[in-house]
Amino acid sequence: MSFEFNEKNEDKFQELLTRYPKKDSLMLPSLWMIQYQEGWISPEAMQYLAKKLDKSPMDIYSVASFYTMFHLEPIAKYNIQVCKTLSCMLRGSEDIKKHIENKLNIKTGQSTKDMKFTITEVECLGSCGTAPCVCINEDYIQNTTPQMIDEILDGLK
Amino acid sequence: MIKKIVSKNFDIKDSHKLKVARENDRYSSLKKLFSMSPEAVLDEVDKSGLRGKGGGGASAGAKWKLIPNPSDKPTYLIVNADESEPGTFKDRQILEYDPHLLIEGIICSSYAIKSNHAYIYIRGEYVFWAKRLQTAIDEAYEAGILGDNVLGYDYKLEVTLHRGAGAYICGEKSALVESLEGKRGHPRLKPKQKEPEWFFDCPSVVNNVETISSVPFIIKEGFEAYRAYGTEKNPGTMLFGMSGHIKNPGIYELEFGTNMLEFINKIGGGMRDGKKLKALVPGGSSCHVLKADELEGITLDYESLKAHGSSLGTGGMILMDETVFMPKVVKNLFEFYHHESCGQCTPCREGVSWSDKLMGKILDGNGTKKDLDTLLSLSFLLNGKSICVFAPSVAFIIDSYINKFKDEFYSLVK
Ligand SMILES: Cc1cc2nc3c(=O)[nH]c(=O)nc-3n(C[C@H](O)[C@H](O)[C@H](O)COP(=O)(O)O)c2cc1C
Ligand code: SF4
Ligand code: FES
Repeated sequence: MSFEFNEKNEDKFQELLTRYPKKDSLMLPSLWMIQYQEGWISPEAMQYLAKKLDKSPMDIYSVASFYTMFHLEPIAKYNIQVCKTLSCMLRGSEDIKKHIENKLNIKTGQSTKDMKFTITEVECLGSCGTAPCVCINEDYIQNTTPQMIDEILDGLK
Repeated sequence: MIKKIVSKNFDIKDSHKLKVARENDRYSSLKKLFSMSPEAVLDEVDKSGLRGKGGGGASAGAKWKLIPNPSDKPTYLIVNADESEPGTFKDRQILEYDPHLLIEGIICSSYAIKSNHAYIYIRGEYVFWAKRLQTAIDEAYEAGILGDNVLGYDYKLEVTLHRGAGAYICGEKSALVESLEGKRGHPRLKPKQKEPEWFFDCPSVVNNVETISSVPFIIKEGFEAYRAYGTEKNPGTMLFGMSGHIKNPGIYELEFGTNMLEFINKIGGGMRDGKKLKALVPGGSSCHVLKADELEGITLDYESLKAHGSSLGTGGMILMDETVFMPKVVKNLFEFYHHESCGQCTPCREGVSWSDKLMGKILDGNGTKKDLDTLLSLSFLLNGKSICVFAPSVAFIIDSYINKFKDEFYSLVK
């Protein structure tokens, strides 16, 4: 399996080169582009990026593995991220988490067999005033109730 | 009590769109801005007494003055939109309802430090808000508000939005710059004397979203108009937040010096379900906890909270009612810090994970009095022996919670 940027991402990469004092800064934007293109960041993609940024693959891995939002393995289609930090805990995030676990019949940290859903626990999402907060892929659900979870998960293809 | 300077347009429909924003004062400070010299702009902000709203409360003017003038290297403004301190959700209101206010603030602030390129570092999870801000930036470029000649004036400014990828520590300013340079978000050692931040060896300023968004008012109305609000040492306003068991959670812009209990009871509506307030953390998880009976007379400003043994932090208050069991709160916070330590300093990496493990053992009913003593002694290890103030925050949690709610902790151990 090899990797290279599609045309859109290559154009974006070239444009970004003009927007930073050094190309080192393209690290995070490039990792994002890889993840959007492939769904995760494979070793091949890291090698490809290393060449583009004049770094070693280990440099790329060292950075990519530091940031929790980068997936270094393929993940399920829907990543259900339940905020567990204080404001959400005070407003019932544990019950929401249990509800999702029971509904999908998996534990937090696991994925369904069909790789449709993963449940992850995450730290404060910056939605404490509308807690509890759950984020499915990139969409925030706020003031979350079990009913909302049922409706949303049942509606996902 | 409520005084809307930064949040003035929040309730206006479609205020995030350029047309509506312009009809409601946005970019109206720029004519005056460009009639002033950069030095005069910096002086105006300095005189206003504007203090940073990202948690530290540093003087914005003093920070900007650290940039050499003239500088033989390019200078940069870096806006901190990492907003990940638990209990804090204020910057996203600006990004959602008034992104053009932030862009206007960026123009004023960049001009003052003679910078031609500003970066906004936004936390990775804020996808909706990043899109909204990028749309506003694109609109501003198209309208000639950004680019080679800002609104036709002889001033060039580029603005680039940069997304983080899930790391609380990247909110710390030097870790943020490291991350912007494409590295792991490891805080840097503090220099002996005050210095600018160095972005690829170029002198730079890092300021919070709300700080920068406060600048247009100061430029347009003058420093005295800003000082008319708040207190002598804390001029102006701040976006204060309430979350947890409060009846009306949300973000409210208040003058500094507002009475805390009045804010909680009048605007917050007191605790939900008629319960009693037990304790609160004033400004994000890293501040000393305050018991309900310690709140009398506290006003919302840096000095008052400090005098009462805590700190104002980000102004994001987390309120807990009488049903809350404090050891559980401490475990929750330890898990956060355990997860988010960048791992550079041994006292932090090991001390925080050890605290978390010990607290888990105690909560499970397997702890001894000696474990609690060990936990208290870890606070010594965590305080003042690390590169950044992350580890000391954990020491504050250990000290303040265990000392203030002794019975609850000692009831758990044999
Ligand atoms: C662990 C840690 C996390 C921080 N997180 C943030 C943050 O998310 N947003 C922010 O604006 N400042 C944060 N800060 C404060 C910044 O280091 C810095 O002081 C601030 O961005 C400066 O801007 P200001 O002076 O305008 O407040 C954090 C500091 C520490 C030690
Ligand atoms: S104190 Fe903790 S978070 Fe701060 S630099 Fe050291 S290890 Fe990293
Ligand atoms: S604690 Fe859950 S969003 Fe802040």
